[in-house]
Amino acid sequence: MLYIIRRLVLFIVTVALVSIITFGVFQILPGDPVKTMLGTEADEVQIESLRKELGLDRPLHEQYMDWVQGLFTGDLGNSIRFSMPVSDLLMDRLPVTLSVASLALVIVLFVALPLGIFVAKRQNKLSDVLLSSATQLGMAIPSFWLGMILIIYIGMNFDFFKINGYVPWSESIAGALSTLVLPALTIAIPQIAVKFRYVRTSILEQMQLDYVRTIRSKGLPEKIVMYKHILKNSMIPILTIFGLITAEVVAGTIIVEQVFALPGVGQLLITSISYRDFPLVQGIVMYITVTVVFINFVVDILYSVIDPRIRLR
Amino acid sequence: MFKRKYWLVLALLFVMFIISACSEEGTETNTENEGEKETATATPAGPQEIRVRVNDDPDFLDPHRATASLSFQQILNMFEGLFLPQPDGSLTEGLAESYEVSEDGLTYTFKIRQGVKFHNGDPLTTDDVVYTFERLMGLNGGEKLSKNFDNVASIDAPDATTFVMTLKEPNSNFLYSLTALQSAILPKSNDGKHNENPIGTGPFAFAKYSPGTNLELKKNEEYWQEGLPYLDKVTFVYQSDDQAAVMNLLAGEVDLTGVPGHRVAEVEGSFNISHQNNNSSLIITFNEEKEPFNNLKVRQAINMAISKQDIIDSIFSGYATPQGSNMSPAMGDYYLDGLQDVYSFDVEKAKKLLAEAGYPDGFKTKITVSSHNDMYPNIAQIAVENLKQIGIDVEIETVEWGIWLERVYFGRDYEMTTIDLTGRPSAYEILNDYISTNDNENFFRFKNDEYDQVMADVLKETDREKQIEYYQRAQEILTEQATAVYIADYEILWGSKKNITGLKSYPFWFHDMKEVKFN
Repeated sequence: MLYIIRRLVLFIVTVALVSIITFGVFQILPGDPVKTMLGTEADEVQIESLRKELGLDRPLHEQYMDWVQGLFTGDLGNSIRFSMPVSDLLMDRLPVTLSVASLALVIVLFVALPLGIFVAKRQNKLSDVLLSSATQLGMAIPSFWLGMILIIYIGMNFDFFKINGYVPWSESIAGALSTLVLPALTIAIPQIAVKFRYVRTSILEQMQLDYVRTIRSKGLPEKIVMYKHILKNSMIPILTIFGLITAEVVAGTIIVEQVFALPGVGQLLITSISYRDFPLVQGIVMYITVTVVFINFVVDILYSVIDPRIRLR
Repeated sequence: MFKRKYWLVLALLFVMFIISACSEEGTETNTENEGEKETATATPAGPQEIRVRVNDDPDFLDPHRATASLSFQQILNMFEGLFLPQPDGSLTEGLAESYEVSEDGLTYTFKIRQGVKFHNGDPLTTDDVVYTFERLMGLNGGEKLSKNFDNVASIDAPDATTFVMTLKEPNSNFLYSLTALQSAILPKSNDGKHNENPIGTGPFAFAKYSPGTNLELKKNEEYWQEGLPYLDKVTFVYQSDDQAAVMNLLAGEVDLTGVPGHRVAEVEGSFNISHQNNNSSLIITFNEEKEPFNNLKVRQAINMAISKQDIIDSIFSGYATPQGSNMSPAMGDYYLDGLQDVYSFDVEKAKKLLAEAGYPDGFKTKITVSSHNDMYPNIAQIAVENLKQIGIDVEIETVEWGIWLERVYFGRDYEMTTIDLTGRPSAYEILNDYISTNDNENFFRFKNDEYDQVMADVLKETDREKQIEYYQRAQEILTEQATAVYIADYEILWGSKKNITGLKSYPFWFHDMKEVKFN
């Protein structure tokens, strides 16, 4: 219980700091939301009337306090660029981003874990050397480039894959997959490369420990040695990395959504920053903060599940 | 102990599942609210449904608040004004069936077209017309939305079919402010909802807007022009990347998109390419209040040192018309030919002029360009190389669009910049940027008494031939004064499916879908 309260307090402090910093940065950054939106064709009458309507002519602290007040009533304010509630915009786009991110995570998990175990068992054999050098390549590839390559060589050649837009799950599961698999792969491939190396190292470390020799000499079958003992003991470092990777995957969606024209939160973030759409940026930053804090929380709990000696304090 | 923790994990997973399920549901109900099941975003359009790719979202759907040409490119399909702009730059009667102008040029009397219905089924009445202009002028309690009608003394609807506007001073350009670009006629009954649920009289009605994704319009079954439109549905799809847009065209995911010049060869065979004179002026310009750009000879030297052909060839693959003043051949009679040759590329002469101006060794300066379109930094690079030859050392400063607007366009805190000035249907509105009292748009800080006089006189002139003479003189002054380096009007190349007909091109940004159909 105490643990949950401490976490909650920490969470509120994090959110408050993040929101003040975002707000502050937007005041320092040059560029005006109204002018950016209306462009060169606007006259001063249009600019003034819009500024007044949006309440941008009020003092800064008033604007910020208004936003905080709204937050307590669940109101994230109105987007300047799109003239509609920030929460509506976010709710429309969250399913897209969450789908890509979860699909990418699933791919990372289901490829990197078996691959890491497979290679650890064959340490210094040809397959190990080949795969380990292939991962160097995987880590070096920038995801926007990988995305383009996947579009050109897979998206353009197979009718199944769509290279633009998003089909909701509720409409067609195949349709949703056709738009999500390539972006998810784009995020997953470099992450698999990283994760797989951690799995390999972590398992190799455990293999050299005394207890492994003992259980082997006891005559336990290799399968049980590997899956029941080694794997379980090497899970703690793997889990730590997994938590970090989840945060990276969420960040990775920002670039990938741009490449695949997926209408997700990341794409919205880029638009909102370039238009200086302060309420929208705040809303999205809140979403990212909450996601990352939540993931860390889950990872902490998983620690104690895997290793009961670790207690949540 | 063990078990309890597994439960905790399970509970967490369950919460995550609920969260994502809830958000899924949210989108579902949204779609259902629209009443019809939309076709999957990524499937190719059906027989009479077109998907048009545009770069960005409209700034507003409310035509009185929208200012960006990109917005009008889309929303003009929903709205009409008293007059309709034509592809050749002229006007025809739209929601006004006929009109009369009094002898003194002050009173305009319009007969409102009968039998026109708004998209919500309400008939168009003079009440709606009066409401529209009151809203624009800020007379019905709201903020003033436009300064185009500052010259209007009064508006009146003496009977059910007549609408009268009285001006303070004669203005030969007045009818141009009566198209949907400046004064789309909106129904009074929709007051306060023009942006969320826009309603007009145009050939297409608003269906659904998903920010950052698309804008869907459906056919107006009761459109007043018999038999039009042909399409059942128009979807404007937002995709900011030009290269990706070409791939989408090739993959059949959009039916119409702009194609960058250097990629024409890839699409030429299997798609129709149509050329549109953009009616814009791409310029490299200077802050004429600052040294050394307040010196005419310096401006002329720069004009001679920059190779327009280099820019046209490398940036637009040759698809552009060189200019000499701020007017495109797309403007027909108003355009004065020959000015493009006044400052032909001549490094020696440019050096001499620079020496005469007192800068024999050149000088150092900075060109500030916006990064929102690759075109601007690329043009700056060529200009920098060109100017190096006459000893001018230019540093390139690339900034975000928002910063460019604040610092250069509105702040006038710059030395050199490059931008394209978008086309408008009216010659007056193209040229009025340079009037010294037009503080809002004259970011060049150009000040020339003869120019101001010419632009004032043309508004009082009712004879079209004489108006043309004034507008042509104005173009000459801009060239004589080397106000900017007028590079070119670049063409927009539209790639479209072979079976699409009825595309029209206007001297401003407008994807007119009224007569488009699939054969």
